[in-house]
Amino acid sequence: MTHVQSTIHVGTGAFARPAEQSSAAVPRSMRYGFLLAAAILLSTSCSHQHTTSSEPKPTAFGAAIVESSGGKQVGQTGGLLPQPVVVQVNDAQGTAVAGALVEFSAAPDVVFDPANALTDSSGQVTTNVPLGGMAGRYQLVASTSDKSHKKVELKIEEIALGYQQTLGRRLNDQYCERCHNPESTVERVSNYDNLEVKPHPFTDGDTLNKISDADLTAIISHGGPALNKSALMPAWGNTLSKSDIQALISYIRAISDPPSRNAGPVYAKN
Amino acid sequence: MKEQLTSLWQRLFGDSVRAFGVVSLIFLGSLAIAPAKNFFSEWRHYQRGYLKMVRNRSDANTLQRHFHGGIQQIWLPELGVVDRCTSCHVGLKESSLTDVPVQPYRTHPVIPHKLDQFGCTMCHRGQGAATTVSEAHSSTLAWEQPILPAKYIESSCGECHRAPLPGTPQLNQGRSLLSREGCVHCHTVKLSDGSVMKATDDPPSLSHIADKTTREWIFAWLKDPQAYATTSTMPNFKLSDDDARDISAFLIANSTPVPGDTATLSAKASPDPAAGTSLYGESFCASCHAVQNAAGNMVGGDVGPELTRVGSKVKPEWLQAWLRNPRAYDPGTAMPHYRFNDSQVATLSGFLSTKTDSDLLANVHLADATPEQVAHGKRLVADYGCASCHEIAGIKKPENFAPELSRIGSKPVTQLVFLPGMQHTLPDYIATKIKQPRSFGQGLKMPQYTFTPAQIDSLTTSLLSLNERSNTLPPSLEVAATPESDYQPAGKAGKLMTDLACFSCHRINGHGGDMAPDLTWEGSSVQRAWLVDFLKNPGTLRPALIRRMPRFNLTDGEVNELTDYIMTVYQSPAVDRDSMPLSGYSQGQVELGRQLFYGKYACQGCHIVDSKTDKGYIGPTLTQVGSRLTAAWIYQWMKNPQALRPGTTEPNRAMGDEDAQALTAFLISQKGGAKKEVAKK
Ligand code: HEC
Repeated sequence: MTHVQSTIHVGTGAFARPAEQSSAAVPRSMRYGFLLAAAILLSTSCSHQHTTSSEPKPTAFGAAIVESSGGKQVGQTGGLLPQPVVVQVNDAQGTAVAGALVEFSAAPDVVFDPANALTDSSGQVTTNVPLGGMAGRYQLVASTSDKSHKKVELKIEEIALGYQQTLGRRLNDQYCERCHNPESTVERVSNYDNLEVKPHPFTDGDTLNKISDADLTAIISHGGPALNKSALMPAWGNTLSKSDIQALISYIRAISDPPSRNAGPVYAKN
Repeated sequence: MKEQLTSLWQRLFGDSVRAFGVVSLIFLGSLAIAPAKNFFSEWRHYQRGYLKMVRNRSDANTLQRHFHGGIQQIWLPELGVVDRCTSCHVGLKESSLTDVPVQPYRTHPVIPHKLDQFGCTMCHRGQGAATTVSEAHSSTLAWEQPILPAKYIESSCGECHRAPLPGTPQLNQGRSLLSREGCVHCHTVKLSDGSVMKATDDPPSLSHIADKTTREWIFAWLKDPQAYATTSTMPNFKLSDDDARDISAFLIANSTPVPGDTATLSAKASPDPAAGTSLYGESFCASCHAVQNAAGNMVGGDVGPELTRVGSKVKPEWLQAWLRNPRAYDPGTAMPHYRFNDSQVATLSGFLSTKTDSDLLANVHLADATPEQVAHGKRLVADYGCASCHEIAGIKKPENFAPELSRIGSKPVTQLVFLPGMQHTLPDYIATKIKQPRSFGQGLKMPQYTFTPAQIDSLTTSLLSLNERSNTLPPSLEVAATPESDYQPAGKAGKLMTDLACFSCHRINGHGGDMAPDLTWEGSSVQRAWLVDFLKNPGTLRPALIRRMPRFNLTDGEVNELTDYIMTVYQSPAVDRDSMPLSGYSQGQVELGRQLFYGKYACQGCHIVDSKTDKGYIGPTLTQVGSRLTAAWIYQWMKNPQALRPGTTEPNRAMGDEDAQALTAFLISQKGGAKKEVAKK
């Protein structure tokens, strides 16, 4: 047993020597040589032109376009939305249509990947969307043409957070979300149902838009009693800094639905 | 022709007066070029536009007063910043202009730095001294670095900030991916303090792989690692069948047995699925290992490998030896030594062996390997740099196997190769290279990963932060990261803690995982009797948690060893254990505490003291807290929880002495009904 093994070892060892050397030297230099040559060739030959992605030819036409998922998401400026946007093309009876052309458009700095595609066998098109560089709301438009070549459009709204709001979102995840968000997941069980007085989800614009910045600062810093509300809302003024609390408020304003006055502009196709 | 020219010459320069006049005119004309250019310059255009826009606003007066015409400049010699961006971006500092939809007039979003002290190009790149849009924003012949697309902006934070920041999730994720996905096994990334970025994945040693698995499995794995485990971090090398055949042949031939691993099965694997499921659950295997359920969802943690198809991979005898003591096969493993008894080993191994996938190896038929194949396999292993990640007997870890990335964020565009249709910018190059590394040419070795688009953006962001500036930053500007400590507990208890892999989940003195509570001051926090009990039979304190402390079948001796060590060594200087007694509080104090608990501080929002009435679910249950925590700890915790455990979500109520004392009295009185078997010496 040991004998057999040791011979195998000697064997592979002997094979290995030249192999290791050659592998260290030859392919590497070859690779760099290739890279260099390619670099020279490419940098001299190609200019800044983009190949315009050619539009696919539709094989079918629908009558309506609806959102399957991916609307009302919250992303970061310039960043990809956490989930792709999925839309579906239906015919007049509401059945999914495969092979219809869907085109996406939005403010100039929103890039869709892909910007146009044919619906798949379930009538859907999925696209990844990085939002633009400005914080605010973005209106995306998904469109398809019906049989008479009339455009049918679907508008979807998404939110891009700036630096301060992103920080606010982080703080919300850590300190507030468990009580304020009724949605429970296995990883993050919500405490909402356990509270005798129910807090409002921060998206609840109808309620939160009516509370001034000063009052929000007061209730977050000093707890519910500061606004004659329940002590179940704890005071965070000794845990969070002033700028933390500003960040939280800026986040709350950014995600509220309907939008708050300070939510910033809506970026749409112009 | 010639005559005409001569007559023209005569007319212009015929005599000296004429010549003087014409030359003066030309001279005057050329003098006017500069002012004209200036007058029609872009920045003036934008400044005029700004004044026009501002005129109709209600706060026009203030805005006009703040406005300074002419070229504006932020000059910060120590940062090398000469930024004239504010010549066009006039409204950056005007807090009222947030309603302007576009630059150059919109207010700058709130960031932690002041524009005057920081300039623009520190974060946005581009050419700060330029005064035209195209020169400032784009790369020119004289200026390589264009403005940074918004989606990578966090990379600039990373030039100075070496630790994760709460406001830069993308940069943080990218950096952690560089370590976690093993990029830095092959690519060196030198950090400013001279150290190199370390990988945090733990690719297994392949020196004894024949003990663990079969050649067929290795073949299938090499061809497509994600077919075995969708969560696998092993990339796809796109090997041909022949190459995968030869590498698998070499790895098997090269493998040596680990003493003990090839021991014959000591217990027959038990096929009792119910017992297996329950032992798997009780042992909290899912805290670290994921299994894909019937709906296709991954259930479980990602500390250890995914186990969905583990039965198609491991040999039964290896699995049993591993479950008995994983450290025998891999001394550095993150897996605890559970001290399972024979029947538990049989139950668990039987349960895991049923997790198979008949498709995985169905089409793998390998003939016996020839010596040539083995030799070729070894060459391939060296060629592809397998030993960069895996320990392989007889093959040295290659040095500088792949290009160093310490300054990749400053790589000149002229040195890059672009694919047709790509934008000619560094960020696009990096992102595409990560997405489809082999598309840049033939014979490239970088393997194919399965990153999501968001992960690619994160990685690109973190790589862009590794640049000339981040490498040459004066130490005064750098915001250093606290390095991970290499704390190791001493003595017998220390050995025991390593064996139990406590640090895979718990953090102590800056070292270890973050799945379970930090134990640095556990000795100040808990009562000895409770700890003994808990180590023998861990329950959970937080009903909402799905990850829990497993039971390790420890002997009394081991429990005592651990408890003694924790109680003496992990003491906080801020908590004087004798300052507060465990009993003897007046009924009045306890009652006051109860009122504070339910009234002023409304603790029942998150904690349960009386399981009949309280419902709070996210903090630890406190029904028995009087038998668990020390009074001194509770008291200090009331006064400032973050001082004892930085980052805890418990809000700091900055309680006065009286409230803190009353609450301590109330909580210490919560001993939770009849106590079971706490008979300790
Ligand atoms: C322990 C649970 C809990 C946590 C944690 C919590 N809150 Fe609350 N919060 C409440 C409750 C309950 C109310 C409702 C009080 C009332 O209406 O009487 C509330 C109310 C509020 C309100 C007033 C609007 C409303 O919803 O009625 C704001 C604003 C608020 N919380 C912000 C925060 C922020 C910011 C955080 C994180 C720093 C936070 N809360 C964390 C329980 C909580």
